This record gives sequence, C-alpha cells and structure tokens, in this order.
Amino acid sequence: MEDERSFSDICGGRLVLQRRYYSPFCREFCLTCPRLSLCSLTAVTCTVWLAAYGLFTLWENSMILSAAIFITLLGLLGYLHFVKIDQETLLIIDSLGIQMTSSYASGKESTTFIEMGNVKDVVINEAIYMQKVIYYLCILLKDPVEPHKISQVVPVFQEQSSGRSTSQCGLFQTPGLEWFLSQA
Amino acid sequence: MVLKAFFPTCCASADSGLLVGRWVPEQSSAIVLAVVHFPFIPIQVKELLAQVQQASQVGVAVLGTWCHRQQEPEESLGHFLEGLGTIFSHEPWLQLCRERGSKSWSCKAIRQQVPVAPGVPSEDQVMLIFYDQRKVLLSQLHPPTVLPDHQAGDAVASSGSLAVVFDTVARSELLFHGDQYDEGPVRLSHWQSEGVEASVLGELAKRASGPVCLLLACLLSLVSAVSACWLWKLWPLPFIRSKLSTCEQLRHRLEHLTLVFSTQRAQSPTQLMRKANMLVSVLLDVALGLMLLSWLHSSNRIGQLADALVPVADRVAEELQHLLQWLMGAPAGLKMNRALDQVLGRFFLYHIHLWISYIHLMSPFIERILWHVGLSACLGLTVALSILSDIIALLTFHIYCFYVYGARLYCLKIYGLSSLWRLFRGKKWNVLRQRVDSCSYNLDQLFIGTLLFTILVFLLPTTALYYLVFTLLRLLVVTVQGLIHLLVDLINSLPLYSLGLRLCRPYRLAAGVKFRVLEHEAGRPLRLLMQINPLPYSHVVHTYRLPSCGCHPKHSWGSLCRKLFFGELIYPWRQRGDRQD
Repeated sequence: MEDERSFSDICGGRLVLQRRYYSPFCREFCLTCPRLSLCSLTAVTCTVWLAAYGLFTLWENSMILSAAIFITLLGLLGYLHFVKIDQETLLIIDSLGIQMTSSYASGKESTTFIEMGNVKDVVINEAIYMQKVIYYLCILLKDPVEPHKISQVVPVFQEQSSGRSTSQCGLFQTPGLEWFLSQA
Repeated sequence: MVLKAFFPTCCASADSGLLVGRWVPEQSSAIVLAVVHFPFIPIQVKELLAQVQQASQVGVAVLGTWCHRQQEPEESLGHFLEGLGTIFSHEPWLQLCRERGSKSWSCKAIRQQVPVAPGVPSEDQVMLIFYDQRKVLLSQLHPPTVLPDHQAGDAVASSGSLAVVFDTVARSELLFHGDQYDEGPVRLSHWQSEGVEASVLGELAKRASGPVCLLLACLLSLVSAVSACWLWKLWPLPFIRSKLSTCEQLRHRLEHLTLVFSTQRAQSPTQLMRKANMLVSVLLDVALGLMLLSWLHSSNRIGQLADALVPVADRVAEELQHLLQWLMGAPAGLKMNRALDQVLGRFFLYHIHLWISYIHLMSPFIERILWHVGLSACLGLTVALSILSDIIALLTFHIYCFYVYGARLYCLKIYGLSSLWRLFRGKKWNVLRQRVDSCSYNLDQLFIGTLLFTILVFLLPTTALYYLVFTLLRLLVVTVQGLIHLLVDLINSLPLYSLGLRLCRPYRLAAGVKFRVLEHEAGRPLRLLMQINPLPYSHVVHTYRLPSCGCHPKHSWGSLCRKLFFGELIYPWRQRGDRQD
C-alpha cells in the first residue's frame, strides 16, 4: 500500500515523501526532490551567453561563441548526470539490510546497500546550517575489526541532508520512521 | 528471523524436483544451488552430495521440494513431494511452488522439531531472493572477505550473509558439471543447463600457454643473467646506469615480463588481475611504440630531426650568451660588482664555447645515433620517452653545470655570511652542544671578521642574481623531464585490463549487491531480485594500480623552498636505486 505526503524545504521547493508497505518486513520510503526550475536554467544560460558575447565584441573571434555553446551544453549534461538528484529511496528489508538509492535527473542510479550485521544503530543527528539547527537521520556502522567502535556515520537522504530541508522534523513524525528506528 | 531463500533465476522455469543447496543457520538463509529432477534414486543423490561436500568443503544438502505445475494442482504430485520430506530430512523443509505461466509463487518452510503446539509443524515466514547464478559465480567481491576454512566448523556468523552466498556459489563448481541432459544417474538443473559455456579459442590458448610461457621464461632468465653479469659492475658503468632513466625503465619492464610469463599459476584472483594488467600494459606500450616507429621512419623524419637538432642547440647557446652579456652589464637596472661580474661572466661564456664546439664535433654522427635510438621504440613507447628524457638531460648538461657552480658559490657565501654574522654579534656555533653560544673574541679576530662580513655582504647581490638565473633555467629543464616521467608512469601503472573488464563485464568486479522488489501480491511471499552493484571506476584504478617506477618527487614544497634559499643542490627526481642510500 502507498501513502504520499508533501513538505517544503528551506528554499521553498516542494518535497514529496512516498511510503510503500510491501510486507511486514519490507518497507520503502521515497523522497522526490524539487525539479530543475526553468528560471534558474534560463538565468545561467543568459549569463554565460552574455559574457561570451561581451568577449566576442572585444576580440572579434567567433570561436568564443561556439565555445560558450559547448560549455553550456556540457555543463548542463554534467549537472544533470552528476549533481541533480531527482529521487532518493530508502528500502528496508528485515534481517537483510538497508538500501539507499539516488536516481539522478539523467537516469543514472547509484545504490548503496548496508547489511544488517554492519548496522550498529540509527540515530537522529543535529547540525547547524547558517542560522538554523536542522535534524537529519543517519546510520552508524560497526567497525569490522572492533565491534564496539563506530567506523562510519552514513546520513540517509544525502541530498536533503546537505542542509536544504527543514521538513525533516515533519518527516520524523510519520509512523513509518518509528518502525524503521526500531529495526536496528 | 525471516527465512531468506536464495533462488537462481535459471531454475525458475525448471521442472519439478528437489532443491539442493546450503543452509546457513546463523543467518537463517537457504542458498539453493540446483534442482534435481525426477526420476532419481535417493541413494545416488545422497552419494553425489557427499562427493560435492568432500571436494568443495561446502555443506550441500537437500533443502526441500520445487513444484512447477499447471493451473490445477496435481494431487498425487503434492502427496509425493510431501513424502520426500521423510526420506531427505532437513530442518527446515522448504516447499517452493510456482504455477506455470504465471508470476504467483508460494513458499513454505516447515519445522518439525520445534513446534509451537505439539504435534503441529510450525511454519516460518519466507522471503524469496532471486540471483543470477552465472554472474554471482564469476564475480568477485571487493574488498575481498577471507572466510575461514570450513573444516573448523562453519564460523560464518562474523562475516556478512552476502559474502557467504558468493562464496558458496563459487565453491560449488563440482555440482555444476552434471546436467539434466546427461546420461548420469542424477539429472540437475542449474546455470549450465542452458548450454555449457566453452570456447575453442580459449581451450587452444590454454593448451598453448604452457610451452610458450616456458620458452619465454627461459629467454627472460637468460637476459636477466646477462644483465647481472660482473662486467656491468665495473666503475663507471653502475654510476651511469643509476643516472639514466632508460635503464631503470628497461629493468622495470623486464621485471613485469618475468612475472607475467612465470610458469607458476596465480594464487589468488588479485594476482591473476595483476598479471593480466601487466600483460595488457606491455602490449599497449609496444603497440604505441611501433606506431611511433613507423611515423618516425616514414618520409625521412629522422633526417629532418637530426638536421634541426644542431641549429636548435646553437640557438640555445646563443641565447645563453646574450643572457650572460646582459648579466655582465646592468641587468634590470641593478648595479653589480664589476670585477666579480666580469669573472663569473667570462667563466660561464668559456663553458658555453666549449659546449658548442662539442656539439659541432658530434654533428656528423647525430643522424646515425638518432636512427638507432629510434629503433628502440619497438621495445615500447615508455622506453622511447625515457630515452627522450635522457637526451634532454644530456643536451642541457651545461645548464646543469652552471647551476651547480652558481649554487655552490651561493651556498658558500650564505654559510660564510651566517657564521660571520654570529661573530659580528659576539656569538659562536657550539658544535658539541649543537647550539649558538656567546663567545669573547680578540680585537683582531673581530676586525678581520667584520671586514670579511662586509665584503661578502656587498658581493651578495651579484652571486645571488647568477644563482637565481641559473636555478630558474635548471627548474625549467627539470619540469620538462618531470612531465615526461609522469607520462611514462601513467602508461606503466594504469590497470587497463581491469578498466576494460569494468566496462564490458561489470558484474566481474562487484562492490556489493542491490535489491529490487518484484511485483507483490497480498498473501504471497515477498520476492526480491538481487543484482550485482559494480565497483566505481575510481575504486578499480585505486585497487588494481600497478606499482610504478618509484620516480616521484620526494621533497615537499616547503623543504624545496628552504633548500633553494640556502643554496643546497636539489635532485627532485630520484631513481629507485638511490633510495637505499
């Protein structure tokens, strides 16, 4: 069964959280990020092309204009493929592990799977971003050599945890997360 | 814990039969390796499993039954399958069932021995995880987990459950030799059922590799014996060998080739990858070298190069002479000490004159030398680049000499100045205590010391300027040589075979796994698809990098600046042999 709620992040973009319940021991949380806005894209393209045109009037070399077009295209492709995250998914399977998938705007998907044996605990961490305190969820991993030490802290929902989301507080109130916190 | 059943995707369309695999009680997971079809004799099945267990040290057993049936359940088959549970007893007993042509699966795991209510067998919750057997068999997890030997008991609780799955499938090769179309006593279904994989070229290469390796290993040992001969130890040959980067590169390549063609088999997958990487690197090197050779020898490029070399050397010498004339005048408006200026300038001008005479003496032989040197490109592009670097070093030898003279002079001056400055303040360097102590000097000592100090201070700008100019020239040459070495290092250490494998067969190098939830119906067990998550390219390069020549700068920027300030000689590119000093 599915459930959908929408929040808004610090910059005003719309975040959508979908919860899917597959079975008593498998749930999925899916966070959709705000799309690439046309305004910012137009603004960046206009800036780059105006700068290129300014250089062209200075040096009268048409290579500058073609170079500017190339740079814009490559920059946009690179941004869509490496930076812009479309959707982040958290899949929790009982006694198997936790899987985090980020899918980028160009269709690329990058997945990390953490086995349940490596998870020490799931905690909510505080961070200071500019003038606010924000909360984010993270998973503590065990050290393979010394089981009592913590080897890594993995924040869940990387893109959102980079400080743009105040809606995490709202996120923590959903019942699914209490179940998730009890799994570890 | 939920019971996890790992089921191979190739068996999803197999006929009904018995499930054979391994049960891991600590993680409550059942790894299904193959399906045994009807008809079979239980004794022969048990014999086969005992054989596999002995050969591979994996606890293979009959895990349950598999039923692939039509829409209407066949009653007789159902009872028969349940009866099998008594012949092959296993805790828990799995019963997987699939309707032909549909996606609905059902599975039950029955425990006889620990019932909730006495007399009623209890059922566990089961989760089905599909995996591609061929890919899991061929892939290799990074970082490699070393699982303990199974003779000491199954100590797998500490390692991850996925490493156990990979290990189980990889070790059960013997089980995959028999097939359902074979005439043997037991008919199995597994990943080889769709056709045993083999290749004629592969088999031929394997047969031929033995004698070829032996022959090449003999040749290479002969070459190394010749190079280790006592004749090469006579001075000044070892000194020249340590300075030339070509000898270092040739030695490095010889080491690589010896390793690749050694008659020993590779012990571990890492060693095999290393051998393959070295072989591909050598082949690429030789291919690029042959391309360079063909380009050089076409349309008389060597002649053009030789004709251009002497005028270039002349031009460089002329520019240096202009530079020295400028220094001997009033460079950048600074006023130099006339006498010292003239002495140093004339000294260096004489050196340049000697150098030019030497170049003119060599000019008739240059084309022949270049032609023979160009032939060496067939040994590899790296060798050709090393030779180029050595030629640059030889041609700019006069700049190196000037730098050494200037640096030594400046160094002496700086040390003299610091010692006399201490005297000027009434202090002395205590060698015993390694510190500065106060000291009372005589009047004549102070007088002479102050006089010398004044002389050195006033001569400092001249010496410093010469030192600065020649150090900059030397750094320029060193930078050019450094770039060439960087390129050689790149070709030497890039693991091309691993990168190609990551590009074409990404499942071979696995960083982990990823799961996908398949279509789910209420009341049916949860089905997941396990796929291999390939290693990112940066990790591939980092893990499989070949060891390089060792020619990288050993100074940090801070220590380099300090050495330059005090006039100590810098040798930024040390060969590997010098490190033992």
